[in-house]
Amino acid sequence: MSRLVAFAAIQGGYQVVAQADGELERALQSYDASTKIGFGNTAYYLPVIYSLTGIKCETLEDLKKPLEFARGLLPPHLKGHNHLPYLGPLLDAGMAGIFAYEVKEALRILAEPDFYTFTEDPDPGAGKLWVGPADDTILRKRGVEFVDGSAPGFAAVVGAAPDAETAKMIIEDYQKKSLYIFCAANHNGKTAIEQCLEAGMQVGWNTRIVPFGPDISSAVFALGFANRAAMAFGGVEPGDHRRMLIYNKNRIFAFVNALGDVGTEWAVAAAGAVNWGFPTLADTDIPEILPTGICTYEHVVANVPHDEICQKSVEVRGLKINVTEIDIPLAFGPAFEGERVRGADLYAQTGGGKTQCTELVKMADMKEIDDGKVEVVGPDLGDVQEGGTLPLGIYVQIAGREFQEDFEPIMERQIHHLINYIQGVMHIGQRDISWVRISKAAVEKGFTLKDIGVVLHAKFHQDFQKIVDKVQVTLFTKAEDVEKLTERARAEYKKRDERVDTMTDEDVETFYSCTLCQSFAPSHVCTVSPERTGLCGAYNWMDCKASFEINPTGPNQPVNKGKVLDPVLGRFEGVDEFIKGASKGAIETYNFYSMVNAPMTTCGCCECIAAMLPSCNGIMTVNRDYAGETPCGMKFTTLAGVMGGGASSPGFVGHSKFNITQKKFITGDGGLLRMVWMPKVLKDEIGERLNARGKEMGIDNFVDMIADETVGLTEDEILPFLQEKGHPALNMDSLIG
Amino acid sequence: MADVKEKTIAKDPKLANAREASIDPATQEMLLRAQELKIDTVFDRAVTMKPCAIGLQGICCKNCAMGPCRLPLPKGGIDGEDTRKGLCGATANTICARNFIRMIAAGAAAHSDHGRSVAEVFLSVARKETQDYKIKDPIKLLDIAPHFGVATTVEVDGKTVDRDLDEIALEVAEAAYNEWGKPEGTLNYIKRAPQALQEKWKREGVEPRNVDREIVEIMHRTHMGVDQDYKNLMKQGTRAALADGWGGSMLATDLQDVMFGTPSPLQSEVNLGVMKEDHVNIIVHGHEPVLSEMIVAAAQSQEMVAYAQEKGAKGIQLSGICCTANEVLQRHGVPPAGTFLQQELAIITGACDAMVVDVQCVFQNLANVAKCFHTKLITTHPIAKMEQENVVHIEFDEHHAMEDAIKIVKMAIDNFQNRGAEVMIPRHKAAQIAGFGVESIRYHLGGSFRGDYYTLNDNIINGRIRGLAGIVGCNNARTKHNEEHIEIMKELIKNDVLVLTTGCSAIAAGMHGLLTPGAASVHCGPGLAEVCETVGIPPVLHLGSCVDNSRILLAATEVVKAGGLGNDISDLPAAGSAPEWMSEKAISIGQYFVASGVYVVFGYHMPLEGAPEFKDYLYQEMEKIYGGKWDCEPDPIKHAHKIIAHIDAKRKALGIDKARERVLMDMADRQALAME
Repeated sequence: MSRLVAFAAIQGGYQVVAQADGELERALQSYDASTKIGFGNTAYYLPVIYSLTGIKCETLEDLKKPLEFARGLLPPHLKGHNHLPYLGPLLDAGMAGIFAYEVKEALRILAEPDFYTFTEDPDPGAGKLWVGPADDTILRKRGVEFVDGSAPGFAAVVGAAPDAETAKMIIEDYQKKSLYIFCAANHNGKTAIEQCLEAGMQVGWNTRIVPFGPDISSAVFALGFANRAAMAFGGVEPGDHRRMLIYNKNRIFAFVNALGDVGTEWAVAAAGAVNWGFPTLADTDIPEILPTGICTYEHVVANVPHDEICQKSVEVRGLKINVTEIDIPLAFGPAFEGERVRGADLYAQTGGGKTQCTELVKMADMKEIDDGKVEVVGPDLGDVQEGGTLPLGIYVQIAGREFQEDFEPIMERQIHHLINYIQGVMHIGQRDISWVRISKAAVEKGFTLKDIGVVLHAKFHQDFQKIVDKVQVTLFTKAEDVEKLTERARAEYKKRDERVDTMTDEDVETFYSCTLCQSFAPSHVCTVSPERTGLCGAYNWMDCKASFEINPTGPNQPVNKGKVLDPVLGRFEGVDEFIKGASKGAIETYNFYSMVNAPMTTCGCCECIAAMLPSCNGIMTVNRDYAGETPCGMKFTTLAGVMGGGASSPGFVGHSKFNITQKKFITGDGGLLRMVWMPKVLKDEIGERLNARGKEMGIDNFVDMIADETVGLTEDEILPFLQEKGHPALNMDSLIG
Repeated sequence: MADVKEKTIAKDPKLANAREASIDPATQEMLLRAQELKIDTVFDRAVTMKPCAIGLQGICCKNCAMGPCRLPLPKGGIDGEDTRKGLCGATANTICARNFIRMIAAGAAAHSDHGRSVAEVFLSVARKETQDYKIKDPIKLLDIAPHFGVATTVEVDGKTVDRDLDEIALEVAEAAYNEWGKPEGTLNYIKRAPQALQEKWKREGVEPRNVDREIVEIMHRTHMGVDQDYKNLMKQGTRAALADGWGGSMLATDLQDVMFGTPSPLQSEVNLGVMKEDHVNIIVHGHEPVLSEMIVAAAQSQEMVAYAQEKGAKGIQLSGICCTANEVLQRHGVPPAGTFLQQELAIITGACDAMVVDVQCVFQNLANVAKCFHTKLITTHPIAKMEQENVVHIEFDEHHAMEDAIKIVKMAIDNFQNRGAEVMIPRHKAAQIAGFGVESIRYHLGGSFRGDYYTLNDNIINGRIRGLAGIVGCNNARTKHNEEHIEIMKELIKNDVLVLTTGCSAIAAGMHGLLTPGAASVHCGPGLAEVCETVGIPPVLHLGSCVDNSRILLAATEVVKAGGLGNDISDLPAAGSAPEWMSEKAISIGQYFVASGVYVVFGYHMPLEGAPEFKDYLYQEMEKIYGGKWDCEPDPIKHAHKIIAHIDAKRKALGIDKARERVLMDMADRQALAME
């Protein structure tokens, strides 16, 4: 009976708010009220509280306000047989509990700064099981997967299964369904994460099994993640609670699995989650709430057998998942992409400096190849001792009426993640510097190199139906064959690079739009040209072209460049017309090559954000992996918050890493030589290309002239460095017209 | 009149049979008690006096001194041309329509004059001329202000800030008060209706201009020799009815909520058994809560409770009859002692120390009954006095509201010691949950964060709830007390129809246990039971007094806005009903529901039988114009099934007559979902 759930959740609400009250009271006795609190490297404060109420909690003192708010939400206890309605009160109590849980977690992080690792993956070896709240770097990296649908949702697993095997069965099933599994709370001291580790599974963001924390309060991190995704990618304003929760109901397909006895503290969390439209499925006999409305379908479903809980959960949430069934002996899916094959687990490897490992995709004549033919020429894993190595040449031939030579590199780039999707197999690198590591577990289950071919054949057909008719894969494992393939491949790579590198915006009449993120950032319209790759770093002009060929009604549409309105700033009549329509009038025009004048719009998924540094007469850029402060006074997360969501913000622009060294990079504002600061990690990553492009522009060793965080974090700090190095920006025209 | 001979009847008058008069045991017991004391009640009079057969057909015209002209329909009906006409030539249709819309005029006048009184008090609150009333619900004030074109924020130095509440209150009060007599334009509140409905009203030319004018115009048009086209007469009837539902009544509800608080669900009891022998019993009866609000405050004051104890009572038990009862119930949990038909019985308990009446539905016979006991019958309204000498008149004035209230309460306390020995309070009373409204229903459908009528719509779409029915209205001594209300409600909830109720119908529902959450598992179909269980609500929701039928209009509008069930009230799987109607107000309510697109079924009888063509116009043609129509069905089970059949037809039209399939969504499906 719902009345019992309501009774328990309202009790739980009072209990948790009182606990948080007490903990805050004690904290205020030990610390100064102005002591900073927070979840670390996030622009969203305590994200649930901030997103739903707009309250920014930065100090201990600030925590009083949300708790007062939570107390105000607590409804009267349910009394008697002739009781008052309780659905509204139940949901309010749940929300009060969630707020209190978030306050409790902030207080825990203050009291025990080392309790969580704040990393993507935990360090079980060092006894560090819990990663805690995701910072904005993780959010931006992973949130995109919720945007593009590669992660259909998440399962919040609280408690623990009866044994490690059951836990593994459930969680691995979710992995196969590409869901994230957010784990929190314990049942009688046991956690699902410990069970995963016992069962030999790898946990962490990389395998989508996220160990948030051992207590029910840490379940709030899952809700905070969902709400931050809505703010970062969905353009939902903080404090717009209604839109925030509807956004979650309609976009983030999440649900709760309660494994173990549901007490009042779990009940209040479950009631809280219903506000998000996230239903709870329990393996115990708790009262059910079946009618629909707040959630898409049922709200609470009880007594679900463990072997049905995954299927049932997905159904109750109304989630359609296309699981790729590929005929290999191992599980397959994006959840296994981040899995590592460490030294102790390694059975055999190929490439990685030990042997040569090369990949090549070539277009073939329809008559020339047999679809589905996968051949291993030479020894396979069965012929290799444990710890052994093999050379490998992966040669894929594709034929199709719509297939073009231009698509070869695009298909080839898929090989990396497709091999990584295989459970227990790891792929690093690309082209002729690939590295494949195969685990003992994989070999035990019967994995052979031939399975790589099976995967590539199946996935190429599935993902590129429109352009692929036939796929034949040959895996060479004899040194001489691999050498021959490598030689041929290198010649191909060279030809391709030259073609792409020399392609200019002037060469083509058609650009491509990208509205992949538009459902999240409604006025954002990317336009991708040969010399301005997509700001997410994932799509260049060629990718967009291929994507359009593959899916003519998809998110990438051809945009006729039309008359060149401004060759310097990069403004085109056809593009303006297109963006006016695609942004539904929100954006009239933008320039491809300027960040000062009407720059292109930016969504929350950009790789880097550039900002003007007027005192240095230059610009800086910061990549999203860099969490520190920058000379423009804002961290990446703050910048993304300020100008993401589809706005065109003069003085700022989002761009990809690759775009920095493309020839048209902000040429309207003076080009790459304006660059006076970037994080060291980014400098290191693209250093060679920076120098090469610098040289073309007449400056040797340009990288050395660019300041980074070791030089300074304010314009005043870096200016002397620039003067000393004779940075070219200092002698350019004033940046601000 | 002089030559009418007076006849006295020597033999004993016929008495009502208690078991046939009511289904309520408290009423049955008290009726027997009255008969034992030889006090006649409405039940007995209904046995001795038959209704006028001509009047019953609706075709008696007494609008001029050439009449009354009576045009009864022959028993077998009329073959061929209907040649019936009055002296002036008025046809049966004209006479029937004139009578019908005069009932609308009276009903609309009653609700709207009630609303005007409330607006007057609100104006004095806004002008700070009274200290006794305050703005209890400023949020509601801010909610309604925009409907009057009153801004709630103001620009100061380029920043938008909240306006001063007193300023808003004054502007709203003046604008609201103006609705009764503004010289130009149309009523502000009609813009709250669904767009499609507004367009229908505009097309038909029935948008009310101001409340008073529409009522006055009915009186003019029904005067001898003016409007003699029943369709044109009904247009004006519709316009006046809309001025009631979307005007006077809605204004009354809103301004009462602003001043006295917007109701939210609360626990209480109902029926004569709520009176307490050892307490001073004060009963408020009538319709306007302006005075009773003060009486509640006075009766709860320490001072008055102490005074009562001084006089030998344990305390003060306040209770109510009719809609004054519903008003103080929904805001303070004061229990109703009974429905319209129980007003005399409350005095016959011998324990009623004062009955305080305001306006509407007050029997003049109360004075005769009170004469047999110690009960002080106190009239309080300048427009509602009684000729009998034992009636005390204490005229209520909002400027001295508390003073008047204390005077009345004191008079009741002083009267406690005058009780005779013959106290007999029936033990029957029932628990109930009351106090639902547009706002509280929204809250309870999802809490502070997700409260939304969509939750309701979703369960209508998925078929757990088949539809909605508003069961409202009076009791009528010509039908078995409460039977129709209760039978219809039970039949509806058994068929998964969620019931909204107001007025005496709501009191009846409470008396018979339908306003408890427990009623869901006992009486409901499985779908409705499950929803009630989830939300924790009774299957019948008490939405207040008869002016609060405006809450049903707005709730229906919210359902339309929440989406998935069409774009007008007439698209909804919903219907209205007044099973035991008797008041002219019921006709006005019925017509404003019909004109808002609702299928309205009345019980007992409709005064239309003498004019079949006019009747067809109301029962059939009306639907083509407004989407709603009239009907009448005295048999409660058939009555309920007419409603269910209508609901099913609407479900079919909406394409929700089949079980909904579970749709699993991929990313593209999700991206297509709305974000609001």
